[in-house]
Amino acid sequence: MRIDVKNLTRVFGDFYALRDVDLSVKSGELVALLGPSGSGKTTLLRIIAGLDWADSGDIQFNGVSTSGRPVGDRQVGFVFQHYALFRHMTVYENVAFGLRVRPRQQRLPEPVIRERVNRLLQLVQIDWLADRMPAQLSGGQRQRVALARALAIEPSVLLLDEPFGALDAKVRKELRRWLRRLHEQLGMTSVFVTHDQEEALELADRVVVMNKGRIEQIDTPAQLYDTPATPFVSGFLGDNNALDCHVAAGSVLLPGIDTTALERVEVPNGPARLYARPHDIAVVPDAEGEATIRFVSTVGAFVRLEAELPDGRIVELTRTREEQNEDPLAIGVRVGLRLYRAQVFAA
Amino acid sequence: MTQTISRIPFRAQPSVIPGFGLTLGLTVFWLSLIVLVPLSSLFLKSATLGWDAFWAAISTPRVVHALRVSFSTAAIAAGINTVFGLIVAWVLVRYRFPGRRIVDALVDIPFALPTAIAGIALTTLWAENGWLGALLAPFGIKVAFTPAGIVIALIFIGLPFVVRTVQPVLEDFEREAEDAAESLGANPWQVFTKVIWPSIMPATLTGMALAFARALGEYGSVIFIAGNLPMKSEIAPLLIVIKLEEFAYAEATAIAVTMLIASFILLLCINILQRWAERRERRR
Repeated sequence: MRIDVKNLTRVFGDFYALRDVDLSVKSGELVALLGPSGSGKTTLLRIIAGLDWADSGDIQFNGVSTSGRPVGDRQVGFVFQHYALFRHMTVYENVAFGLRVRPRQQRLPEPVIRERVNRLLQLVQIDWLADRMPAQLSGGQRQRVALARALAIEPSVLLLDEPFGALDAKVRKELRRWLRRLHEQLGMTSVFVTHDQEEALELADRVVVMNKGRIEQIDTPAQLYDTPATPFVSGFLGDNNALDCHVAAGSVLLPGIDTTALERVEVPNGPARLYARPHDIAVVPDAEGEATIRFVSTVGAFVRLEAELPDGRIVELTRTREEQNEDPLAIGVRVGLRLYRAQVFAA
Repeated sequence: MTQTISRIPFRAQPSVIPGFGLTLGLTVFWLSLIVLVPLSSLFLKSATLGWDAFWAAISTPRVVHALRVSFSTAAIAAGINTVFGLIVAWVLVRYRFPGRRIVDALVDIPFALPTAIAGIALTTLWAENGWLGALLAPFGIKVAFTPAGIVIALIFIGLPFVVRTVQPVLEDFEREAEDAAESLGANPWQVFTKVIWPSIMPATLTGMALAFARALGEYGSVIFIAGNLPMKSEIAPLLIVIKLEEFAYAEATAIAVTMLIASFILLLCINILQRWAERRERRR
């Protein structure tokens, strides 16, 4: 199912939760809505589901407007942040719920329901928990029940609100991979909301970065990381050094950093803001260098360093462990910095 | 390792919360003093009658009628209070409107108001020349001094019970579960019957039982509006008072014991119903 969001605006009082949002999700795609809290991502997801409504604009499924179609008619599976399981029902009954509430003429015979519920419980790998109550399950197990319940109505769109938000780091990672496989296996169109960029970048085909009710950028994870389109995305995604600089005739002037390796930038002359990833800055030991090492951390795959520029600004850097072993940089050493890649925006 | 463990002398498993023995002792003592002793003296007093006299005391038409009036009016009032109490609780929890806090406070008035005052107020209102009574009089409907008046007084004093027991449960109810049911295709009626009702039903039954028990023992507000005509609008608690005034103590306690047993059986039934419904819900 293809989803088109057209010019969507949602206002709560005088707060714009969504402002002129346009978005297309292709059939079978897995899309992440990423943004800080209050950016409107959950509101957008709920409006797509039909659990909330827009003040203006439209949502189309396969080119057909959904306005006025109640939630139950949309064939949308929704997984809630806090699972929203029915506490008085067993796992089995939770999953069967969507099949049992169908109008009498469309209701499946009991053996068919049983067959389908058991198949779903096997799919989410919790068939041995069928008779338990939700209160007896762990967070990860509840999440799987919530997913199985949403899948029971054979939705063509699966919407997930912070699906891993309430789980601990290890379970989260495991469920993430499993969800990716499940998505590929079932071939649904899936949209999930997250504030965890690692999750969005690892899981999604495309990521929609939202801020203050607007979409900042829609791109594949790699493009998003390498070519952030706005200062917000640059600052929000991954580690980035944000530095004020000057642009003159397409070249960047940044005291203390060699910027000659940068490509010409399409920014008008004058003050500008530069975003540079730590790994896009080369650091060379140089007794005459203008920067001074102020911090070194050798924990992890890479060595993280901080260098101080002559004007007191701090720049984050990375080196490989090999580089650090061959030519150790210690606190207080003077270094030269050379910038290879950066995003520059007019200030 | 095992040696170190075996050297620790045996001690009662220490509880996380200390003082279990002391608090349990106090609880048992207090309950005995306040509840068990008076109740057993009631049974002992009525036992002085002997079985035949006991039966004779409670099987006179007047007593039977009074018991019937008491139980039926209490049941009707509890039923009405359950329906409207649910609606009041729902409105107070689900909607935000100006004056909500005032409405919320109003619910407690029947708790706070001396029941005799409530009785007098209701009587003046529903008497044939009262504001509401005068409206009904042309249709030949009499409320004051009939069992209908009793029901009205009992509705008044029982109102807070269902509201106050259901309200917190409804407040705790996860709204997302409703959204979930809706997104799975449930219509509003199914959302209520299959998702909301099972969660609030135990509290509702508790509130109903409380309202019923309160209504059954109510005296102050009823005696003004009931008119207290024997064989018509006389309630059992009033009959007990009348017997006491006639110094027929044993007969009075016989009626009291009958009421006690009957209401105990009713509460037990509600409890069983509650359990049964919960289990049935779980099984389905």
